[in-house]
Amino acid sequence: MSKGEEEVKLLGAWPSPFVLRARIALNMKSVRYEFLQETFGSKSQLLLQSNPVHKKIPVLIHGDKPVCESLIIVEYIDQVWSSPPSILPSHPYDRAVARFWAAYLDEKWFPAMKSVQGAKGEEERKALMQQLEEGLALMESAYHSVSKGKPFFGGDRVGYLDIAFGCYLGWLRVIESFSGLKLLDHAKTPGLAQWAQAFCAHDAVKPVMPETDKLIEFAKVLMAKAPPK
Amino acid sequence: MATNQQVKLLGFAGSPFVARAELALKLKGVQYEYIQESLTNKSDLLLKSNPVHKKVPVLLHNNQPICESLVIVEYVDETWTGHPILPSDPYHRALSRFWSRFIEDQVMPPVFKAAWNPNKQERVKGAEEAREALKILDKELKVNGKFFNGDSVGFLDIAALIIFYWVPIIQEASEFNVYSGDKYPKLGKWSQEVLNDPVVKGVLPPRDVLLSFFKARFQSIVNSK
Repeated sequence: MSKGEEEVKLLGAWPSPFVLRARIALNMKSVRYEFLQETFGSKSQLLLQSNPVHKKIPVLIHGDKPVCESLIIVEYIDQVWSSPPSILPSHPYDRAVARFWAAYLDEKWFPAMKSVQGAKGEEERKALMQQLEEGLALMESAYHSVSKGKPFFGGDRVGYLDIAFGCYLGWLRVIESFSGLKLLDHAKTPGLAQWAQAFCAHDAVKPVMPETDKLIEFAKVLMAKAPPK
Repeated sequence: MATNQQVKLLGFAGSPFVARAELALKLKGVQYEYIQESLTNKSDLLLKSNPVHKKVPVLLHNNQPICESLVIVEYVDETWTGHPILPSDPYHRALSRFWSRFIEDQVMPPVFKAAWNPNKQERVKGAEEAREALKILDKELKVNGKFFNGDSVGFLDIAALIIFYWVPIIQEASEFNVYSGDKYPKLGKWSQEVLNDPVVKGVLPPRDVLLSFFKARFQSIVNSK
C-alpha cells in the first residue's frame, strides 16, 4: 500500500485550535480520515498510547504511525500528500518567514491569549489584552508584507501561516465577546479583518471552524469547572 | 541554485543557538561572514533584522534576514545541497521536529530556570522539572544509529547539542545537577558521537571560557538581593 493510501485517523476535539490546523490541512489535500473525538475531561487509551509524551491532541495516526504537534502534523500532511495545493510556500525564504511567525504565535502570542480568562485582577487582564493587541499589530504588518496584496498569507491560496494563525480566530472572538473589546476588526487591523473573512469562508476551513457561539458556551462550561483561585 | 554570496551570521560567541546555525552552515560547506554582536550594545543591523525578538542568531542571505535558530537550520537545509540535515522520510522528519520542540519547550526552559531564576525556590523547582523532562527524553526517544537518524549529523543532533555540551557546563556553574551521560546512558552514548564529530567540534566554544561566563552570571544573580 502506498503511503498515501494507508488509513488516516485524527484524534481531536472540535473546540481545539490545534486540532483545527490538522483538519484544515487534511481538507486542503482532500484526505479521507476518521475523526476520533476525545471526551472532554478524559483521555482515551489510544491517545495515551499514541502520544505518551504529551498526552495531548491533535494526534494524526497514519497507518500505524502517530504524528504529534499540530504544526508538525501540517508539515507532515504537506509532505506525504504532495500533490497541489501546496501548504508550505515553495521558496525557502518564504517558508522561513512563515515558520518564524507561526513560532511567534505559538510561543508568545497564544500564551497571552490563554492567560486572559484566568487573569488575576484588572491590571493583569489589561496587560495581557495589550500584549494581544501588540501581537495583532505585528501580524497586521506581517500580513501586508507577506501577502503582497493577495488575499492570504500564502498568496492566492491558504497556506501554512494562514492555518497557523487562522485556527485562533474562534477563540479570539470569544475573548472579544467576554471583554467587550474589539481586537481584530476593520478599524484596528483592516488587512487582518479582510483576511479573517476570506479564511473563514474558505472551503477547507468553513466545514470545520467551530462557531463562536458554541465556543462561548464551551468556555462558560470550562470556567464553571475551573478550580477557585 | 543557491548562491554563496552575501551570507552573514549575526551571533554571540558562546550561544548554543548561534552554534546551531553555524553547524548547519558548516555541514553544508557554506562560506559566510560571522558578525559578533554585543549583548549589551545591539547593532543597528541586528535590531533592523530581528525587530520582533532582537536576538541572535540571525542569518542574512542576500540581505534577507532569517531568525530563530531551528528555522535557520531548516532554511540552510532547504537552500544548500549536500549533507541533508532533515531526514527525507516524512515520519522521521516529523520525529526530528517533535523531539527538537520537546527540547526547546520542555527541557531548556526549566534548565534556564534552575540556572538563573533569582528565587532559590524557583531554581529548585526548575531542576525538578528539568529532571522530569530529561527522564521522558531518555525513555521515549529512540536513536537509530550513530546519530539520531543514521550515520550523519542531522537536525535533532544539532538541536540536542545544547543538552550535550551546554547543560553540563551551566549546571556546574549554577550548582545544580540534572543531566549526565552516566545517569542517562542512551543519551550519553549519543552525545559522545555528536561531540566527537569533527564539524561539531569546530563550532563548540572553549569549555573553560563558557564556564567562567556562566559562573559570573550565576554569582551576579545570587548576589543581587
